[in-house]
Amino acid sequence: MELSVSLTVNGRRYDRQIEPRLLLVHFLRDTLNLTGTKIGCDTSQCGACTVMLDGVAVKSCTCLAAQADGSSVTTIEGLAPDGQLDRVQEAFWEKHGLQCGFCTPGMIFATKALLAANSNPSAEQIRHALEGNMCRCTGYQNIVRSVQAAAAAGAR
Amino acid sequence: MYSANFDYHRAKSLSDAQRLLASNPGAKLLAGGHSLIPLMKLRLASPSAVVDIGRIPELRGISKSGDGIRIGSLTTHAEIAASADVQKSAAALAEAAGLVGDPAVRSRGTIGGNVAHADPASDLPTVLVALDAKIVAIGPKGERTISADGFFTGIMSTTLADDEVITAIVVPALAKEQGSAYVKFSHPASRYAVIGVAASVTSSGGTCSAARVALGGLVPHATRANAVEKALVGGGLDTTAIGTAAAKVGTDLGNEVTGDIFASAEYRTAVAPVYVKRAIAAAAARAGLA
Ligand SMILES: Cc1cc2nc3c(=O)[nH]c(=O)nc-3n(C[C@H](O)[C@H](O)[C@H](O)COP(=O)(O)OP(=O)(O)OC[C@H]3O[C@@H](n4cnc5c(N)ncnc54)[C@H](O)[C@@H]3O)c2cc1C
Ligand code: FES
Ligand code: FES
Repeated sequence: MELSVSLTVNGRRYDRQIEPRLLLVHFLRDTLNLTGTKIGCDTSQCGACTVMLDGVAVKSCTCLAAQADGSSVTTIEGLAPDGQLDRVQEAFWEKHGLQCGFCTPGMIFATKALLAANSNPSAEQIRHALEGNMCRCTGYQNIVRSVQAAAAAGAR
Repeated sequence: MYSANFDYHRAKSLSDAQRLLASNPGAKLLAGGHSLIPLMKLRLASPSAVVDIGRIPELRGISKSGDGIRIGSLTTHAEIAASADVQKSAAALAEAAGLVGDPAVRSRGTIGGNVAHADPASDLPTVLVALDAKIVAIGPKGERTISADGFFTGIMSTTLADDEVITAIVVPALAKEQGSAYVKFSHPASRYAVIGVAASVTSSGGTCSAARVALGGLVPHATRANAVEKALVGGGLDTTAIGTAAAKVGTDLGNEVTGDIFASAEYRTAVAPVYVKRAIAAAAARAGLA
């Protein structure tokens, strides 16, 4: 079976024929060549594949592209115009919230989801909100500092 | 990872979902997908077709009904945790929903999917058994209401038929001086329950007049702790009485305890009374007893 889907990704509409089993993460990476979204565990645990789906942070390895038909997706490529950084990205840069950067796109979207609900989170609330995002490099301290800096800069 | 191929159908309404289930033998319902998609990717499930019920408005939302709170099956864990009505009259449920997985899981996963999937390590079945909740399902023969206590029959098995759709969960209204709580020992990576305990206690002039305590995570399915409940009813709810009752959980667990590489059955059995005690104490505090 082939399905017709229409997704708006980073403000641009894409109409494609897909297999129902195509995951949103593969639609983004393999069909649209938007490889900023990473696949870490592929088992819903690490959060590297987190994107915004209609304004909600979701793990795109655990969502069918078919489920996102008609929806709006934001990936790390679409967060700021080319050559510029979103305020959350800026904060991760300033506070060394990344080393290899593999977890970063997911961390940024989990952070954006947190800040949309709570503009001034405590360190504990930040750790709780990032529970679904694993980082193998930083030890998390600088990620927490980055989120605090983003909040202080009024990032949403 | 790719699942096996399947046909995808999106249901526009509840009756459409029932029609699609009937015309696609072997089809599985898809709600939030946070249990089914991982299973399909691992090819532990390979349904020939998937009926996506994720966009049926009539299955979503929380409302007060005559007999308590009615929660549509598509309501997400995040919505339940954030609901003032649920926090007020089913504190244990709001607590448990807020402890499911992580924020992204809570934004997609639904109460109906959680209950139908009946993972022994999930949180909501335990709470629904303790709160004496009812599961409302519709099938070709019409609607039926099933008591949560008795619905869960084994690892990922329930009394729900393949052609039935859960439409809502009804949590009874809180009695006077009744309180509930859920405490959980989360697996550090997946956040699933290694041990989950839900308690609901009612006081009558300072004495415990009713108690329901349910266990999850360490047993094949959400189960009532009858010996603990029996020890509570008729007594006080001070720390000593709660501790004595909680110690009876060993009798309830028997040799049904599950172990894995993270936590052995012996370890879970040894730690269980601590969680039982905490759950009862928190419920008692909410009932105004402790
Ligand atoms: C990383 C991760 C961590 C998690 N941690 C926890 C945790 O700590 N605690 C916890 O409780 N859960 C946890 N979960 C599971 C999560 O709560 C699931 O979302 C939930 O169990 C299933 O809900 P769903 O809407 O995603 O269902 P789906 O995956 O869509 O469906 C699950 C099953 O239920 C059936 N089904 C769905 N809706 C209905 C319906 N209305 N009527 C009849 N059958 C239906 C489907 O056919 C399928 O068999 C976790 C999941 C992940 C991926
Ligand atoms: S790749 Fe999706 S959660 Fe790890
Ligand atoms: S920076 Fe390497 S995984 Fe987080």
